[in-house]
Amino acid sequence: MEFFHKPTNFPFMATRKVWYGLSIIMIIVAVASLATRHLNLAIDFTGGVNIPATFPSAANVEVVRAALSKAGYPDPQVQSFGSSRDVAIRLPPLGDKQDAQSIRAQVTKVLQGVDPQVQVQAPDVVGPQVGGELWRSAEWALFFTLLFISVYIALRFHTWRLSLGAILAVMHDPILVLGIFSVLQTQFDLPSVAAILAVIGYSLNDTVVVFDRIRERFHANRRLPSAQVLDQSINQTLSRTIMTKVVTAIVVVALLFIGGPALRGFSEALLIGILAGTYSSIYISSAIALDCGLTSEHLFPTMKKTAADAMP
Amino acid sequence: MLEYPRWKYILVVVVLVVAFILALPNVFGDDPALQIERKDKEPMTATALPGIKQFLGDQHLGYTSIYLDGNTIMVRFANSADQFKARDAVNAKYADQYITALSFASRAPTALRVLGLRPMRLGLDLRGGLYLLYQVDTQSAISQLLDSYAQDLRRALTQANIQYGDVTPVASSGTAVDSLRLTLPAGANVAAAQRVAEKALPDLPFSQVNVGGAPALQGTLTAKAIHDRQDYAIEQNLVTLRNRVNALGVAEPAVTRQGVDRINVQLPGVTNSAEVKDLLGKVATLEFRLNATSGDPYEVAQHGNAPVGTKLYYTRTGQPLLLKREIIATGDDLTSAQAATDQDGPIVNIKLDSRAGDRMLAATQANIGRPMAVVYIEKHRETSEVDGKKVTRDVTDEKVINDATIQGVFGNAFRIMGLTSGEARDLALEIRSGSLSTPIYPVDERTVGPSLGQKNIDRGVAALEIGMGAVFLFMFIYYKVFGLVADAVLLANVVVLTALLSLMGSVLSLPGIAGIILTVGIAVDSNVLIYERIREELRNGVSPQAAIRAGFEKAFSAILDSNVTTAIAGIVLWALGTEAIRGFAVVLTLGIATSMFTSLMGSRALITIIYGGRRKLTRLAI
Repeated sequence: MEFFHKPTNFPFMATRKVWYGLSIIMIIVAVASLATRHLNLAIDFTGGVNIPATFPSAANVEVVRAALSKAGYPDPQVQSFGSSRDVAIRLPPLGDKQDAQSIRAQVTKVLQGVDPQVQVQAPDVVGPQVGGELWRSAEWALFFTLLFISVYIALRFHTWRLSLGAILAVMHDPILVLGIFSVLQTQFDLPSVAAILAVIGYSLNDTVVVFDRIRERFHANRRLPSAQVLDQSINQTLSRTIMTKVVTAIVVVALLFIGGPALRGFSEALLIGILAGTYSSIYISSAIALDCGLTSEHLFPTMKKTAADAMP
Repeated sequence: MLEYPRWKYILVVVVLVVAFILALPNVFGDDPALQIERKDKEPMTATALPGIKQFLGDQHLGYTSIYLDGNTIMVRFANSADQFKARDAVNAKYADQYITALSFASRAPTALRVLGLRPMRLGLDLRGGLYLLYQVDTQSAISQLLDSYAQDLRRALTQANIQYGDVTPVASSGTAVDSLRLTLPAGANVAAAQRVAEKALPDLPFSQVNVGGAPALQGTLTAKAIHDRQDYAIEQNLVTLRNRVNALGVAEPAVTRQGVDRINVQLPGVTNSAEVKDLLGKVATLEFRLNATSGDPYEVAQHGNAPVGTKLYYTRTGQPLLLKREIIATGDDLTSAQAATDQDGPIVNIKLDSRAGDRMLAATQANIGRPMAVVYIEKHRETSEVDGKKVTRDVTDEKVINDATIQGVFGNAFRIMGLTSGEARDLALEIRSGSLSTPIYPVDERTVGPSLGQKNIDRGVAALEIGMGAVFLFMFIYYKVFGLVADAVLLANVVVLTALLSLMGSVLSLPGIAGIILTVGIAVDSNVLIYERIREELRNGVSPQAAIRAGFEKAFSAILDSNVTTAIAGIVLWALGTEAIRGFAVVLTLGIATSMFTSLMGSRALITIIYGGRRKLTRLAI
């Protein structure tokens, strides 16, 4: 079985303006949504209490919310969670003398007013501090990752043009993932951050595999125009790119549908990110290098002289 | 003919066998268990086993097995209901002898346990528990140091008969106190004062400054001195927190340093955070004081009115004791306290720093034959509601933990005798935790419900299994024989990765599972790169065996470059990330290494075995 039995020959470079345009539109939408709608941050970031409860029959979210409001909890958030009988109740951070057990007892009392047979599970309690630090450390980590990777690519491939292509393509993906989380208002939790980091890893992997082929094609035929070499390289690695993504997507889809609500944010971020990463490494990274004027001389700087000597 | 060096085959086989053994404990799962330790911290011996067995049998408490595990006794149960019942019963019966902790015991065979092989531990997000992050107030450690320096300097100046205005801790720049300023009267001999100051405090280089027209000296702590003091404060807090956490009776607690000035406490299975925080956040200190020479403590206890210069204390058993107000040494002066045994029986060896040693020398010279007491002082913050308002007050508990007769003149090193071995151990521990004087306060806490944790694991593992199964099937359909090789390689990769993580004692968390999935993707990718390359070569009309060789060789640079770039990301995250991100980064970085090994060496070895020996190979099942 093969997806592409014959080598493909898609004109990726000739159509690159279209893909640039598409990417720019998507990024604008993502950034606009992040600026106006923000992210629906989970308690991992905001701090607070998350209490899962199971009702004997389908739960009425509105009734539960009203009961909690009446009991004096300001702004309780109640969501269906997993099945129709399960709800997740989200409350603001704990006071000084409260702890997981006392708040569980209080909420149990309130919910028993709704249905005496309700089962309230032990809650998750998160202090408010860790979120901000997580962001800061993630930002620094991202900055240094991009820096070191661009240095590595520049050294291995002898040109900053490919570094720039890789970095822009890689930054493109987490922006899109965050944008989609913002547009859909999916809850963004700690595992989602891990997923975004994984997405960056995948996207880089793809991009570098294409670059490796570009180096090889330039080496094989230095006279071909750069655009043609890049097209060849992307087309020749296309079956690998798609195959790898399909395989990874199989695992992620299994996680999304079977992994349960705790892994939901994670698997959604990963799935969106895999799509975005595949797109960016096919359509964006090489095209940027081309627009920066990439030629074979950049990859093989010492060959310039030999090439000239070889001419009749 | 395809050939592959013999040593590479041997390496692959050896690595896989070792990895398989290391990873094995993870397969068996856990039993709920009860860990029983002696209260005096002595190791448990087999002699305690029959008694506990008998007791559990008499009480009809069902257990599956009971055995000695290192210094503790482990009792395994079929379910956690039995476990809880047994804990309550054992606690009630043996409260004065043993400490119990709810725990998990691996079901792995004894042989693996004896070899010291343990399964990966699960993170709090997977099994529930309490996570606390403490900030160590390192600035207050610095001001304490300066305060004690100021005291020494005053003493030295007085001894040298040098007139001075005042000695105060100040900030050399900014707001953080890091210097001592010594003001002198106009016309004072500044050079003489500087000589005395520098002799008394060698690690505080003084320089002359001018404060409001009057001469003054200012000495600033070196960056190294500040750093050392902060480190000392954190290490001391770490030890004390560990001792307090161990006293909680929690299985597998973790107390680790995080970043520059934080301590991370993880308590699996604990949900009552308020109580734990009260217990862990205590600030304790010690005071060595002489017993009062006059006054009847019992009378003072009844009627009040302690004689001038004395104060009433109580011992642990509630006995009143009158002590002098003058303090000879405090917990700050302590450099070590160790329990030991010599010809006089169990003792506690105590060492003070040299300044406190001088004071101790003077005090003991004048008071041989009289008793001296060790007072343990604990401060904690209590919040209560009064008329609907929250009121916070600092509560101080003081108790005499030891009262012993001074047998001879001593200075900075001495010992406390006449104790049992358990008492000596406890006293040393208490004295050491009394030397904790740098305040810590919780900056973050998190409680994870255990039921959610178990569900998380079950569903996550099920999803991973189904996903991997689908991948295996898909790889087989797509690459036929080569797909099977890839499947074997993927499996080997998971085994080697699990082995490494178990060996390192890593904690598996939800982000860690994310890392494993990413690693599976990377391992698949390496194989796909090789196989697509082989197909390409075949399409170009290359012979099958040459295609295999070319496939591996040409795919190598792509695999290397793509993995190195991803590894860079992993290492940066490892270095800079917070706890949760680090869990992901560790798995990712190790996973890249293992997948390079298994996909390049493992899969080549397997393919060479399958296709290498055939002389007439016309087509490949790829």
